[in-house]
Amino acid sequence: MRRVLIRPALLLAGCATLCGADWLHFRGSDNRSVATDGLPTALAKDDSGNDRNVAWKTSLPGRGVSSPIVVGGKAIVTSTSGYNQDRLHVVAIDVKTGEPAWERQFWATGRTLCHPTSSVAAPSPSSDGKRIYAFFSSNDLACLDLDGNLLWYRGLTHDYPTAANDVGMSASPLVLGDTVVVQVENKGNSFAAGLDAKTGETRWKLPRKADMNWSSPAVLRGKTRADDLVLLQSSDRLSAHNPHTGEQVWSYEVSCSSISSPVAENDKIYLPSNGLTALRYLPDGKVTEKLWSENALSPSNVSPIVYQGRVYSINGSGVLLCGDATTGEVKWKLRLKGPYWATPVIAGDHLYAFNQAGLAQVVHLGDTAGELVATGNFGDPIFGTPAIADGALYVRTDGQLWKIAAP
Amino acid sequence: MRFIERASWSQRITSGISGCLTFGALFGWALFGPGGLSAARAAKVEDQVAALKAVGAEGAGNAKATEAWKQLSQSDAAALPAILGGLDDANPLAANWLRASVDAIAERELRKGAKLPAADLEKFALDTAHAPRARRLAFEWLCRADKTAADRLIPKMLNDPSVEFRRDAVARLLTEADGLDEDKKTEAAAKVYRGALVGARDLDQVQQIVKKLESYGQTVDVPAHFGYLMEWKLIGPFDNTAEKGFDVASPPEKELKLTAEYPGKTGPVKWIDHATDDTYGKVDLNKSLLKANGVTAYATTEFTAAEARPIELRLATVDANKIWLNGEQIAANNVYHAGEKMDQYIARGNLKKGKNVILVKILQNEQKEEWAQDWDFKLRVCDSTGTAVLSKDRPATKPKAAADKKEQAAK
Repeated sequence: MRRVLIRPALLLAGCATLCGADWLHFRGSDNRSVATDGLPTALAKDDSGNDRNVAWKTSLPGRGVSSPIVVGGKAIVTSTSGYNQDRLHVVAIDVKTGEPAWERQFWATGRTLCHPTSSVAAPSPSSDGKRIYAFFSSNDLACLDLDGNLLWYRGLTHDYPTAANDVGMSASPLVLGDTVVVQVENKGNSFAAGLDAKTGETRWKLPRKADMNWSSPAVLRGKTRADDLVLLQSSDRLSAHNPHTGEQVWSYEVSCSSISSPVAENDKIYLPSNGLTALRYLPDGKVTEKLWSENALSPSNVSPIVYQGRVYSINGSGVLLCGDATTGEVKWKLRLKGPYWATPVIAGDHLYAFNQAGLAQVVHLGDTAGELVATGNFGDPIFGTPAIADGALYVRTDGQLWKIAAP
Repeated sequence: MRFIERASWSQRITSGISGCLTFGALFGWALFGPGGLSAARAAKVEDQVAALKAVGAEGAGNAKATEAWKQLSQSDAAALPAILGGLDDANPLAANWLRASVDAIAERELRKGAKLPAADLEKFALDTAHAPRARRLAFEWLCRADKTAADRLIPKMLNDPSVEFRRDAVARLLTEADGLDEDKKTEAAAKVYRGALVGARDLDQVQQIVKKLESYGQTVDVPAHFGYLMEWKLIGPFDNTAEKGFDVASPPEKELKLTAEYPGKTGPVKWIDHATDDTYGKVDLNKSLLKANGVTAYATTEFTAAEARPIELRLATVDANKIWLNGEQIAANNVYHAGEKMDQYIARGNLKKGKNVILVKILQNEQKEEWAQDWDFKLRVCDSTGTAVLSKDRPATKPKAAADKKEQAAK
C-alpha cells in the first residue's frame, strides 16, 4: 500500500521539475527569455478595443514592475501598496481560472523609497518548484511553499542597515540547487549572498563593489546541475561563482551595464558591456575568452536574448537588433515603438516586445529581416518581462496580470 | 474571458463555501465556545507566538519559527487576538511571521465559512495601547467580517496614533469637502478642509488641502504643520575631496563655537545666519555658501522643548549626511545622489526640557552630472506619527511673498 502511495507522488514531483511547463525565474527557468511554445500573435486589445486571446485578466493588490513566474499551476506575482509602499504582497493565481489562490502580506523591514517609474516590487520571485522566494527592493526576502505557508523570512537591510538604494533595487533572486542567490549591490553595504533554500540561513556572503547596480544573477549551466555556476554582473566585472559555496570560479574585469543582465547559452555568455560582448567559458581552465564585442548591439535597459544562433537586443531608441551570435555581425534592425524596460520574450519564431506604455509588438524573426506582424494594447504600463508556460503568455502590467492563450 | 476586479481580489480568496459552517468550525465552537481559547490551547498559542518573536538577524530562530508557524497557522479564529497581541512588542522580522499567521488563519476560516471574532477584533482595533500595525491588521480582517465597520470606526480616527487610520479619516473628510466645494458651498468646504488638516500627516493629503484653502484666499503655515526647521547657522565649505570628508571631524564636530573662524576648503570660513522661506524648509547650500563640489557644510540650530520627550528628526537630502542631537550622533548616511523624498532619513533621539542643539553635516561629492549638483537639505522635528513638534520659541513663519518683497527691496 505504501509503495502505491509513494509512486504517484514521485511521478508528480518529476513532472513538476522535468516537463518544463514552469517559468521559474526572471527571464525563465534558464534566464534566457525563450520558450519553445507557440503563442498566438494576436493578443490583448486590437485597435477597436476588442480583447484577443485573453483567457483572463485579474487585478493585483497594489502595483509593481516585477515579472510573474509560473510554478505548480499557479502564477506568482509580487506587488506593493500603502502610502509608503511598505506593504509587500505575494499573490498566487490559479492559471486555469485566473482566480486568486492565496495572498500573503508582509511589512517592509528595509527602505521603500524608489524612483517613480520603479516599485518596491521590482525584483521578480524565483522558485525551485517546491518553494517560492519573493524578494523586494526593501531587501525583504520571504520563502513560502506553493500553498502560501511561510517557511522562512529574512530582512537583509534589517540585518545590514546601510544596504539600500533610494532609487530602488531590482536584482531578482535566483535559486540554484539548494541555495538562493541574492545580489544586493548599492552604495552602502554592498554584497552578494547565498542563503540556504530550506532555512534561509546565510551560506556565504561576498563583498561587491559599493555602487548602484540593478542587474540580476543569471545561471551558467554546467554539464550537470551540480556544475551550474551563478553569474554576478557588477559595473566593473562579471564573475562566476559556485552557488553553494560562493567560491569565485572566474572573474572577467570589464565595464558592464548596471541595468541589463547577462545571458548564457551552453559555454557562451552574452554580456551587456561595450555594447554587447560575447565570452566563451573554458571550464577546464576556469577562464573565459572574449569572442567579440559589438557596440551596435547594446541592449540599453533590457537584457539580451540568444536564440538559434542569433542574439537580440533593443537599444535605447527602441530599435530591435538582430546579430550573429558567433561573430556579433548585425544582421538586421527593426524600429519599434519604445521606450522599453521589459526584456522581450521569444516563443517559436516570434519575439514579443512590450513597451513602457503597455503596447505589445510581435515580430517574426526572419533570417534577413524582422517583420512586425501584430500589435496589441494592454492599456497599462508594462515594466516586467512576461512569463511563458504551457503555451500561454502571462503579462504583468502595473496593476493586472493577463493570461494570453489560444482558446 | 473573465476579468477579476481589483476590489474583489481578497474577497475571492476567502469565498468558497460562504455561509456554510463546516464540521471543523462547529467542533471548534463547541470546544472553546464564544469565549475564545481553552487554557491548554492558549498556552500552546503563547508558546508558538513566543517562538516566532524569538527570530532575529541573520536568520536566527528561523528553524524553530518554521515549525511554530506551521502549528500556529492551524489555529482557529479564536487565536487571532492573542497572535495580534504578540505584535505589540515584536521586532520587525517577527512581526511578519505573526502577521502571516494571522492572515493564513483568517483566510482559511473565511474560506471554509467560519466566522471571525468580530467583537474581539473591533475591541483590539480600537485599543490604542496596541501597536498601530496590529490594530490596523485587526481592523482589516474586521472589515471582512463586518461590512459596517469602516463607516462606524474610521470617522472617529482623525487623530489616531496609527497613520493609516488617520489617512483614511482624512480621505473621508476630503471627499466630503470636495463635494461641498463642487456645490459652491465654499465656507462649509473650507471648514471641513481645515478639519482634515488637523489630522493630515501625509504630504499628498496636506498639499491637496492647502491648494484648496489657498484657492479660497486662506493661508496655511505648512512649515509649522510639518515642523520644518527654518532658521539656521551655516558654516563651510570644508573639504570632501574623494568623499573622504564623511569620516573627518571638521572643527564644528569638535567644538560648537559660533564666533570662531576656521580654515575651509577655499579659505577661512565662519558661521553665518540663514533663514529659509521654502515651504518645506529647504536650505540650499549652493546658494547660501558656495556652488562647489567635493565639499562639506555644517548647519546648527537651537530647539527649545517644552518637556523632555522622544522625537524624530526627519531629513531629506540627496547628499551624504550626519545628525547630532545635543552632541550625540543619531544619524550617518554615506549615500550620494540616490534620490530625495520627504522623511527620507528618520533619526530618533530624545529632547531634554529647555534648550537643545541640533547639528547637521551635509556632504557633496564630485559627480559631474547635471542631476548630481544639488547640495541641500530639509529637516523637520516630529513624533512617530509625523505630527510636528515645535520649538517653544519658534517664530511665526514669514509669508513667502513678504519675504520675496523684502529680498527684492534689499537688492
